[in-house]
Amino acid sequence: MEIPVYKQVDKIVFEIMSPKFIKEMSSAKIVTPELYDKEGYPVDGGLMDVRLGVIDPGLRCKTCGQKLKECPGHFGYIELARPVVHIRFVKLVLDLLRSTCRECGGLLIPKNRLAQYVTELDQIELTQGQSERRDRIAEIVAELKTINKCPHCAAKQKKIVLEKPTTFLEDDRRISPIEIRTRLERIGDDDLPVFGVNPRAMRPEWGILTVLPIPPVTMRPSITLETGERSEDDLTHKLGDIVRINQRLFENINAGAPEIIIEDLWDLLQYHVTTFFDNEVSQLPPARHRSGQPLKTITARIKSKEGRIRHNLAGKRTNFSARTVISPDPAIEINEVGVPKVMAMKLTVPERITSWNAEYLKSFVKRGTAQYPGANYVVRPDGKRKRITDETKEQLLEELQPGYVVERHLLDGDIALFNRQPSLHRMSMMCHKVRVLPGLTLRLNPAVCEPYNADFDGDEMNLHIPQTEEARAEAEILMQVQTQIVSPRYGLSVIGCNQDAISGNYILSKYLSFTRPEAIDLLMSVGIEDFKRVPNKKIVSGREVFSVLLPEDFGFNAEPKSNKPADIENAVVIKDGLLVKGVLDKSQLGAGAGLLLRTLHKQYGADDMGVILGRIYKMGINVLLKYGFTAGISDIDLSPEADDKIRTLLNEAEADVHRMIGQYEQKSLELLPGRTLDETLELRVLERLNKVRNETGRVVAENAVASTGTMMMVRSGARGNLINVAQMAACVGQQAFRGGRISNGYKGRTLSVFKKGDLGPEARGFIRNSFKSGLKPHEMFFMAMTGRDSLMDTALRTPKSGYLYRRLANAMQDLKVEYDGTVRDASGKIVQFNYGEDNLDVSRTEAGRINVKKIIENLG
Amino acid sequence: MANAYAEYETKLPKSIMEEVKQHAAGATDAKLKKILAAVYIEYQRALVDPGEAVGNVAAESIGEPGTQMTLDTFHFAGVSEMNVTMGLPRLIEVLDARKTIGTAMMEVYLLPPYNAGQDIKKIAEKIKETSFREYILEFHIDVLEANMTIKLDKTKMDMVDATPDKLIKVLLKGLKGFEFTAIGTDTIVAKSAAKDEQLKDIYHLKEKIKDVYVNGVKGIKMVLPVKRGEEFLIVTAGTNLKKILAIEGVDTTRTTTNNIYEVEELLGIEAARQSIINEMNKVLDNQGIDIDVRHIMLASDTMSMSGHMLGISRYGIVKEKPSVLARASFETPLKHIFNAAITGEEDHLNSVIENVMLNQPVPLGTGLPRIVVRHFPKKVVKKAKAEVEA
Repeated sequence: MEIPVYKQVDKIVFEIMSPKFIKEMSSAKIVTPELYDKEGYPVDGGLMDVRLGVIDPGLRCKTCGQKLKECPGHFGYIELARPVVHIRFVKLVLDLLRSTCRECGGLLIPKNRLAQYVTELDQIELTQGQSERRDRIAEIVAELKTINKCPHCAAKQKKIVLEKPTTFLEDDRRISPIEIRTRLERIGDDDLPVFGVNPRAMRPEWGILTVLPIPPVTMRPSITLETGERSEDDLTHKLGDIVRINQRLFENINAGAPEIIIEDLWDLLQYHVTTFFDNEVSQLPPARHRSGQPLKTITARIKSKEGRIRHNLAGKRTNFSARTVISPDPAIEINEVGVPKVMAMKLTVPERITSWNAEYLKSFVKRGTAQYPGANYVVRPDGKRKRITDETKEQLLEELQPGYVVERHLLDGDIALFNRQPSLHRMSMMCHKVRVLPGLTLRLNPAVCEPYNADFDGDEMNLHIPQTEEARAEAEILMQVQTQIVSPRYGLSVIGCNQDAISGNYILSKYLSFTRPEAIDLLMSVGIEDFKRVPNKKIVSGREVFSVLLPEDFGFNAEPKSNKPADIENAVVIKDGLLVKGVLDKSQLGAGAGLLLRTLHKQYGADDMGVILGRIYKMGINVLLKYGFTAGISDIDLSPEADDKIRTLLNEAEADVHRMIGQYEQKSLELLPGRTLDETLELRVLERLNKVRNETGRVVAENAVASTGTMMMVRSGARGNLINVAQMAACVGQQAFRGGRISNGYKGRTLSVFKKGDLGPEARGFIRNSFKSGLKPHEMFFMAMTGRDSLMDTALRTPKSGYLYRRLANAMQDLKVEYDGTVRDASGKIVQFNYGEDNLDVSRTEAGRINVKKIIENLG
Repeated sequence: MANAYAEYETKLPKSIMEEVKQHAAGATDAKLKKILAAVYIEYQRALVDPGEAVGNVAAESIGEPGTQMTLDTFHFAGVSEMNVTMGLPRLIEVLDARKTIGTAMMEVYLLPPYNAGQDIKKIAEKIKETSFREYILEFHIDVLEANMTIKLDKTKMDMVDATPDKLIKVLLKGLKGFEFTAIGTDTIVAKSAAKDEQLKDIYHLKEKIKDVYVNGVKGIKMVLPVKRGEEFLIVTAGTNLKKILAIEGVDTTRTTTNNIYEVEELLGIEAARQSIINEMNKVLDNQGIDIDVRHIMLASDTMSMSGHMLGISRYGIVKEKPSVLARASFETPLKHIFNAAITGEEDHLNSVIENVMLNQPVPLGTGLPRIVVRHFPKKVVKKAKAEVEA
């Protein structure tokens, strides 16, 4: 029996490859720039040598004997005819050249002071860290540059400058890489730590390349075009250049060509090697394709968001996932997700056959891939996956025995992870139970729109099916919707009623009453089947109907919004599971606030609260379904008196503004401290005009008919606010643009319909009309201006806040609470001695606090 | 009664104990015991789990509402007369631990009797950095004499008890090569001190003299006495905490600046930590965004844990990370990898991102506990091992 071995990477050590190491690890020496022979077979010693791995189906790797997809690829190397500088070590080489003796290679520090420097650097690293050490090293190097006599051999030092990118000059004479290399070789191991070079990891002369490793072909696969033509990878192109020039250089040296030709070829080799590593060196023209687009070489492959690190290493992709458009379905539970049948037949759950479920799983295999619920694959104990087809079905069915795994179709109740991007917080990915439904969209309960920040104007969401028992358990226990109801951001619920669910319950608790059969009908539509709590009388009030949804022993007293008698009257009071008085609105049922919901969650736990919330939500919707609910233009009709009042208010405001402008023109306007006359006028006018908008809003609030759909939505908090209504009914108000009134777009005026220098309300973006009465052309234009401005604002803000978030997450992702209650980072440094000073988990508190008062009250 | 509290003094955090004391005042001993026991149970239930990724939760909590904030750089913060950087730009500024900030501002609280409004204008004027320009009413240049007569603002001078003689002293300190003579109580005549006096010197002087620093606290560009509640205080544009705190009549316990570096320099890292929390709270309150303090505290603690302010950027906290791959995955990967190779660094894979890269469990939450599972009986394992060795 084979014993499974669990291996884990313990550490990664970073070092520079020595020329010796490069040769040892290589499986081929590359000597020719040719890629393929006439038959299209890779040339031996060419860049596509089969010893470097295979990318053609059917071929076998000569090094490891494996086929395509099995062979990981192997490195090769080329011997460079003349050494070249590695572009990434130019800085280091320059520092070393400048601070060591050109004759003896000794450090330009007297021996006695060297120890002092090293201890100082070690001290800095210990107390301040790596980067400070590096800074100090830079300072030391800067000091050494000025010494011009070697303290060891008394040789005179010359000034060395770097002519970017890769040419070193000593007193205007060029030092060849060969010479640089011999100088670097002379530097002793003991001196290297001063420069931050660890002699075990790197010898400085390795910064000058004598051999160049050739990456395996698996890392630079060629693509075969439709025409049968081969298109090589950018790296292969670049390597081809290097090999070609290298060969030419060899030949010329051997033939004894004049120095000048050799120098030219050498420089060219240097250029190709440099651009092979980095094609974006600022002083060099980037190497290009024939089409003119720059080659993507090694540096470009690693860095940036699309690079290897962030794209492939830090970001993973998964199988067993699906994505499509979402749509609402209030009939499913909040922790369910509606999955289209076609999806359920592609996504699978692996289930292992045991003697107890063998028959059950065989029935899935029997139905096959085309019939729901079937199965798509069978996995043999040796790990071979077999697809179930009409041909293989019979054989597989016979073969099946305990130990086999059947990948069966998704069933109701399976665990799934549901996600919407941008995944800004942990509630953006929650665990739902699958509910296979007809149709082609993913369905979710609209109550969970809030945490996902989803709407249904074309949003798409992703579904993932966990494939192991551990993953499923973790998802179900830690990520299920009801466990995420309370936000860790502020300790209140993020899932609650919205829109129709709020206005429905508002109407129910404020206006409605039913006959008993009607009440039972309504409760049934919500999913209640036990009616003994419905009072046995002819007329049942809406509150009594609502009470049936609450637990029987539930008690709750809401704080009145203010001391006004109306607010006190509307404050919710629940006693022994009965809604005694009050009106349900957003502050009790909504997400973000949801005090009633938060208390339910606290008292009855997440699971029960989830069920209750689902019922309350459905109740709201069903009330509207039965009661009927519309919003129309007549909702915002005002009485003629109210209209008059609004007109007077607006006239007064405009007169006030004109008075101010008069004072401004006579310079008698009283200045606000620290402001100029112009600024004062703008501020005062803005203030006055905003005031009148609020005043008209108040008139609308007082005069609008409270029982209309629009006002009910506003009052309950389901949608819209008083300002919106006021804008529709009375006056749109001042359009603010970049923090002030709309300023001149033309010479001396905002639009060409106004007189120059007009500072009046109308000419500066005050919209006197309401949406109902209709906007004048210039008013519409001003409105479009602010609309465009806010669009721009959103477009600019999103990437900014996204970057801030990325930085925050990157800086803090390692912090965790230890078993001793401290918060520490990855290296064990203590960040906080107690998390948040009291060790409380915000998502387990009520708005960040333990509600002591309530505990005392509950004790009686 | 004190006994009941004593038992829980070490079990419950201070803040909760205070709250109990406040709400349960006057309760009997037995009742109090019951209350404390109930609170304790509730507290135990709300504790964080070991392994909880609190850092990530904090980052989410601060980052998620970022999209809801306005980009409006200027917003009125309490004082309608002054524009202050608010919203997302300010938040970024604070978290970056930037040295120069958009609008440096101070709130100078005053000790009684000044906080009732006594002499407030005068104090404000004293604090403000004034240059000579503000004392000038008009210039008069005499081309023939090659001198300049400066008419001074008498009311302004009276406010800070200045006289022409005093001003001349200041001018001599700030400008070399000129002579000044006072005429009367509100006029100064300036003349070049050089022998070959030239008219162009005078013209130069006319510009230069405006910028001569006269008095007040350097860095304070604007002062605004405001009334907040029952109290008068001075809001300033520009900061200089050190000098302001030295002024008599200033309440040193409450006077603050929004420049975190100044706080760190003068009052130390602990004060700077609190300052970050305050500044972030100011922005969030202003935007009406609800984030629990714990998240803000954690962010602030991460920034200040090393003993000096580190911004949340590639030059700050991320640079200090011990793991090569963690640094490389943030920004400028090549730089980090090459430096690591030169110094022969080791990555011990202690943090999150490296383990993600290697497809290994992450040392947080459920990835933290290690369970050793024996798949086979001991005997079988022994036998197999022996076989392998043989």
